[in-house]
Amino acid sequence: MLSLIFRRILYALPIAIGVSVVCFSLVYLAPGDPLQTILPADASADTIALIKHEYGFDRPIPVQYALWLWRVLHGDFGVSISTRRPVLLEVAGSLHNTAILALFSVPLSFGLGYAMGAIAGCFPGKWIDRIVTGTAVMGVSLPNYWVGIVFVILFSVEWMVLPATGMGLHGSDQFDILSWSDARFLILPVVTLAMVPIGILSRSTRAAVSEIRGQDFVVTLRAKGLSEPAIIRHVLKNSLPPVMAVMGLQFGYLMGGSILVETVFTWPGSGFLLSKAIINRDIPVLQGCILALAMVFVATNLVVDLLQAAIDPRIRRA
Amino acid sequence: MADTTLMMPSTSTATWADDAAPTQQVRSYWQSVGYRLRHDPVTLFFGLVVVLIVLAAIFAPWIAPFDPYKESIVGRLKPFGYRGHPLGTDELGRDLLSRLIYGGRSSLLMSIIPVLCATAIGGTLGVIGGFGGRAANTIIMRTMDVFYAFPSVLLAVALSGAMGGGMTSGMISLALVFIPAICRIAETATTQIRNLDFIEAAHASGAGTLTIIRHHVLGNVLGPVFVYASSLVSVAILLGSGLSFLGLGVKPPQADWGLMLSTLRQSIYINPILCALPGAAIFVTSICFNLVSDGIRAAMDVRL
Repeated sequence: MLSLIFRRILYALPIAIGVSVVCFSLVYLAPGDPLQTILPADASADTIALIKHEYGFDRPIPVQYALWLWRVLHGDFGVSISTRRPVLLEVAGSLHNTAILALFSVPLSFGLGYAMGAIAGCFPGKWIDRIVTGTAVMGVSLPNYWVGIVFVILFSVEWMVLPATGMGLHGSDQFDILSWSDARFLILPVVTLAMVPIGILSRSTRAAVSEIRGQDFVVTLRAKGLSEPAIIRHVLKNSLPPVMAVMGLQFGYLMGGSILVETVFTWPGSGFLLSKAIINRDIPVLQGCILALAMVFVATNLVVDLLQAAIDPRIRRA
Repeated sequence: MADTTLMMPSTSTATWADDAAPTQQVRSYWQSVGYRLRHDPVTLFFGLVVVLIVLAAIFAPWIAPFDPYKESIVGRLKPFGYRGHPLGTDELGRDLLSRLIYGGRSSLLMSIIPVLCATAIGGTLGVIGGFGGRAANTIIMRTMDVFYAFPSVLLAVALSGAMGGGMTSGMISLALVFIPAICRIAETATTQIRNLDFIEAAHASGAGTLTIIRHHVLGNVLGPVFVYASSLVSVAILLGSGLSFLGLGVKPPQADWGLMLSTLRQSIYINPILCALPGAAIFVTSICFNLVSDGIRAAMDVRL
């Protein structure tokens, strides 16, 4: 197991480096000069050259990358162009808020999605399977930003039972999950965010369960006279590894893909920070935010890989 | 099943082959795919809806009852049926139904073009990776792994955000998001058949690599790639509209579902129903493409 952990980390390392290269090159995708946003319009050629030198933009690109990576590894992501605060502080605070959303969306979507998929997979072709499959297709086809807006229309505008946007009266610094006056701000974004994972997860769970139900060992179990609940227990245990891989991807999606939902609910998380950074053309924040979210995603995949190996000896031996 | 019996007399011998012994195989692969599609009412129905949506987008100038760009200061955010506007008017007094019809153009373009580009590029890269030897495979597939390490929404937003937004950069970023996934499918399919005997036989009889790829590999790879690409159209509609919703895709005043959703969102306290409509258009289009893709996958008997 130890050597497996080592090997997987070794495998994730080049990917992490590749991700950092992509994040670094985002600056060069931007139209015009990377310094355009901070330079005054009437800057003389000397000023431009001076600032370019100051920022290190006059050096060869590989050197720039190395310097940038060195700074990032020491926790220096640069300074936000619009707020002048260190990017690290901005990103850390917003990641924390996104994590709060994910913390509640994950159990909701994984639990519900897995249960729906398992039930559907155990009764293929029955009415309950049709309902679950239909719901799942709807879940994956829903634009969740629109669902969020519809929720706001229904619960905040028409019925006035839940708050439309934001993170509570005291802002994100003093957000208190335990008090209802703050926690109710969570409900709509969490439910909206859970929609898509519920659909994807119930789909893949159904596929895994119904495939395993057709395997030889299930026939053997049945021939040996095992009761149906005991057979289902075996099937569910075996369906867990492939479903966990999907869950890992979905966790990454919840962390990194919440940008649209956070924008709808003005939730001060990493996605909202990202969309603000795009509007303000704040490249350091954009870069830092994406790097942080992608690293969370890489780390999640690594953890899921290892968890899969931990619960499934077949993967360990392979 | 009643359908099948009714169809019998009209479709002559081909239909009978289904019940006959397997040795009398009359139908080709594509004939049986067509047969299965024709007997799948769900796919047929949603396929029809897709065709209608596409036709409405193409012939928008003839179908739309009003000019989608004509503003009216007095007639803003009016309810259904106001002065002949069937679905009311938007925040600048433009006819909402006409804008919904025109909006399908950019939304469909922004989803179908990236998927086509990604299929061509990703498919080619995948076949090269699968057939071109170890070095090519490592370079291509490890690069794809890096792009795989981003959640798709994040990558699309990051790329088009860095490129400064706009419809073209939105389409480029969507294509880049889809290339790794299609490349993986193509690579897997290529590696699976590369070691089969008939490829070796073709090699032995002197066929060049390009000939083998053209005659033997492509036919086996295109099926899975096509099915997967068709399922991406629905994802592309959601992502593309999402980009426009964030202000990264289509620019105003052009009509686009995602963009309309974001501008009408500001007036949910005045006329909430209007804001729900563009989203419903996105949802309906996306679910139709999804179900059609499911039907094609089942009919082509492809496992991904």
